[in-house]
Amino acid sequence: MGVKLLLDKANVPGIRTYEVYRREGGYRSVEKALKEMTTDAIVEEVKKSGLRGRGGAGFPTGMKWSFIAKPEGVPRHLVCNADESEPGTFKDRYLMEFLPHLLIEGLIVSSFALGSNDTYIYIRGEYAWITDILEQAIDEAKANGWLGKNILGTGFDCNIHVQRGAGAYICGEETALIESLEGNRGNPRIKPPFPAIQGVWMRPTVVNNVETLAAVVPIINMGGEEYAKIGVGKSTGTKLISACGNINKPGVYEIDMTITVEEFIYSDEYCGGIKDGKKLKACIPGGSSVPILPANLLLTTAKGEPRYMNYESLSDGGFATGSMLGSGGFIVLDEDQCIVKNTYTLARFYRHESCGQCSPCREGTGWMEKILQKIETGKGEMSDIDLLWDIQRKIEGNTICPLGDAAAWPVAAAIRHFRDEFEWHVNNPELSQTSNFGLQHYADPIHVPA
Amino acid sequence: MATTFNDIQMTEFKRLVARYPEGKQKSALLPALHLAQDSFGGWLSTETMDYIASLLTIEPIEVYEVATFYSMYNLKPVGKFVFEVCQTGPCMVSGSDNIIDYIKKTLDIKPGETTKDGMFTLKLVECLGACGYAPMMQVGKIYKEHLTKEKVDGIIAEYKAQAANN
Ligand SMILES: Cc1cc2nc3c(=O)[nH]c(=O)nc-3n(C[C@H](O)[C@H](O)[C@H](O)COP(=O)(O)O)c2cc1C
Ligand code: SF4
Ligand code: FES
Repeated sequence: MGVKLLLDKANVPGIRTYEVYRREGGYRSVEKALKEMTTDAIVEEVKKSGLRGRGGAGFPTGMKWSFIAKPEGVPRHLVCNADESEPGTFKDRYLMEFLPHLLIEGLIVSSFALGSNDTYIYIRGEYAWITDILEQAIDEAKANGWLGKNILGTGFDCNIHVQRGAGAYICGEETALIESLEGNRGNPRIKPPFPAIQGVWMRPTVVNNVETLAAVVPIINMGGEEYAKIGVGKSTGTKLISACGNINKPGVYEIDMTITVEEFIYSDEYCGGIKDGKKLKACIPGGSSVPILPANLLLTTAKGEPRYMNYESLSDGGFATGSMLGSGGFIVLDEDQCIVKNTYTLARFYRHESCGQCSPCREGTGWMEKILQKIETGKGEMSDIDLLWDIQRKIEGNTICPLGDAAAWPVAAAIRHFRDEFEWHVNNPELSQTSNFGLQHYADPIHVPA
Repeated sequence: MATTFNDIQMTEFKRLVARYPEGKQKSALLPALHLAQDSFGGWLSTETMDYIASLLTIEPIEVYEVATFYSMYNLKPVGKFVFEVCQTGPCMVSGSDNIIDYIKKTLDIKPGETTKDGMFTLKLVECLGACGYAPMMQVGKIYKEHLTKEKVDGIIAEYKAQAANN
């Protein structure tokens, strides 16, 4: 069993309520931070912990906090990003649903460190029942003196508000989220100015992911240095992974980032192996935006070394032979899955979610979807594959926000590693409607997982 | 259908607006539209949107442009119960196609349509953050997960009974 810092109490009966959460040691970090630490010391502790943003980009949290502008007389805001809409990702939901007070606790400490008196949780609109759970937790925290005016007699005031989105993946992008919080369409802003200077209502703003802000609790409790000892290299602490697809035990797992991908997939402690005794074909290890890898490159790097579940190892080899840890949305595909069809559904997703501001993204996502549908339904031509490659290449890096890249990468990786499956669809239009390209050479036939 | 909030709804509306700084009441637009949709028959008519605009003292166009951007707002009437079935990659590899086909056949409607009795609408949606519990669909505030054909039958029966009791 690896170390657990976030979900260790998830199975305690009644942990969702304030009484049980407090009895189990909850809100200690608020006492410590507000009474014993300066705001600078908290930021310093988070820097020392090596915590990297858990929303997908992995940006160092302490550094991000130190960028926040502090102009005289202008309020600052912390915004918690609970938009969680990247396909394959459902970890924040789990944390908020079962441990709402852990998030509230992290938010209070973080709000104090950043000087935010009004903190907002922006939650995806579909998580309506979780909104109720969070509002109840906030009410309980307030009734017990952890929120509101003059918290613990320190003179610090803080309120937390929950705002529901209304169905738009793009609102997970931090500047689109800010627009949405202001009551606008979720069109990402051009940066600079960065939110740390001009964010919500043109005030300095920090946007962090749910899991990032929850991780502040163990960091304050144990100290940044101790936290940094867990994990390896620049992958410190623990990470929540939401595992789904063709595995025996889909769900949310907290891992310490020293385990191998193979252990994560095949061990009974985690995914429990591939469903129905089938073989592993491919995996998207960090949410739908990151490159898909065939089994052989997933379990070992191009150099033949075992691959680990952490930031560095998953990206070993760059996009040529590696992928990314991303949001921790771990999507497993078995031998019966069709890569073309899977890529088509993702392309459709990105077309649906493009905000339409930049032409490469708006036009390119729709174009890629159409071509993929054509190939998938047996109407594709060989030149379509090259055309797809060309379109994705022209989207990448040419857009206002990273959704363009996020739409391009899955298509690029699918063609890069599974080109023969695309070609097979083109060459066997009838066969491709009734049967499957199968495993071919993607999984190492000799390798037998322990 | 009334297009003004009753007292309870108005109290909730005021609570929503109070969360934002003075003069930034437009920020309450998304939550206000949710409230309006829930209060006025599950969709947003032009009348409803104009009403929200007047409450927030913003231009009607500011409401329209937001209502048309976000997928959760219904701009035309929908059935009493809306089945929003996820069709994105992780659900697809877990068999959502079969569930969608089964619902289409059972309710005899295509995606985007409502049954003749006005009871059910079928909508195909993109990832709802329940990929590990696939296949799944959302009905109102509730997620129905690990769907099978039998489960779908049960859900349809459940809502029919609920409608009959009301
Ligand atoms: C299209 C798009 C969608 C995103 N969706 C989310 C999301 O749902 N949740 C999230 O925390 N971050 C999301 N992000 C990343 C945010 O922009 C931002 O980097 C993050 O909230 C920062 O928090 P962190 O540093 O704690 O990870 C998304 C980014 C893009 C480009
Ligand atoms: S890249 Fe796409 S989603 Fe992002 S701003 Fe441009 S059009 Fe909008
Ligand atoms: S893909 Fe269906 S809930 Fe995520």
